[in-house]
Amino acid sequence: MNTIQLIVYLLGGLTVGSALMVILSKHPVRSVLYLVLTFFLISANYIMMNAQFVAVVNIIVYAGAIMVLFLFVLMLLNLSKENEPRSSLLVKLAASLAGGSLLVVLVAAVKDSLVLPVTGVVQNDGGLVENLGQLLFTKYVLPFEVSSILFISAMVGAILLAKREKQIID
Amino acid sequence: MILATVFESGISIQYYIVLATVLFAIGAIGVLTRRNSIILLMCIELMLNAANLLLVAFSTYFGKADGQIFVFFIMVVAAAEATVGLSILVMAYRNSRSIDVGIFNKLKG
Repeated sequence: MNTIQLIVYLLGGLTVGSALMVILSKHPVRSVLYLVLTFFLISANYIMMNAQFVAVVNIIVYAGAIMVLFLFVLMLLNLSKENEPRSSLLVKLAASLAGGSLLVVLVAAVKDSLVLPVTGVVQNDGGLVENLGQLLFTKYVLPFEVSSILFISAMVGAILLAKREKQIID
Repeated sequence: MILATVFESGISIQYYIVLATVLFAIGAIGVLTRRNSIILLMCIELMLNAANLLLVAFSTYFGKADGQIFVFFIMVVAAAEATVGLSILVMAYRNSRSIDVGIFNKLKG
């Protein structure tokens, strides 16, 4: 086993461990912080796969923007540990069983199915910003524009929903 | 610029398939077990990230950057979903002083 293999397997184990801690932590703030750690580890996985730009964007967008939004809402609602809703042991057991069987079925179905050989010359610099920008603004320019419409509708919807109802009626 | 990929150093694509599947299953178990709505949304983010990881892995494996473009679109959808979902939660909390997913049972007609 060489060094790169060791690093990749270590990163994978850490990612799975911190993802488990997200759902096992009792305190919601701790869950958010473990999810931030998971996103950083997934970014490290991206760097190992030569997807540098995606790794940086993943940190900025997920860990920097979305998780701060979650943390902000969590602190705004000011939840204490006592009124943290708990599900019963039976529900937890059934859900873990269902999720575990989902995992087993997916792994069993997918494990042996894909051994496609790589054809043609593999370019290893595909993750750099030059190639991605080239592709995003030529081949995928229409989805790019459509996603901006999605963003503005999400923004308008969020503002409308979070407004106090009294003001809307007036 | 020439960079060696992880796939040239003996890591198989199956490793990333299994890793992404495990992350997806952890997210699914989280959605089923937790009752806190905010943690539910976080578990959905985790499942989306598992999909992203697999897209990047195959993008690198085949040496085509198209998969990484799709990662950006998934991020756009995740950001939009998180903002709208959290604002719905804030509104529901204002009405019922709770973020238990059970409060949405009141919506049935």
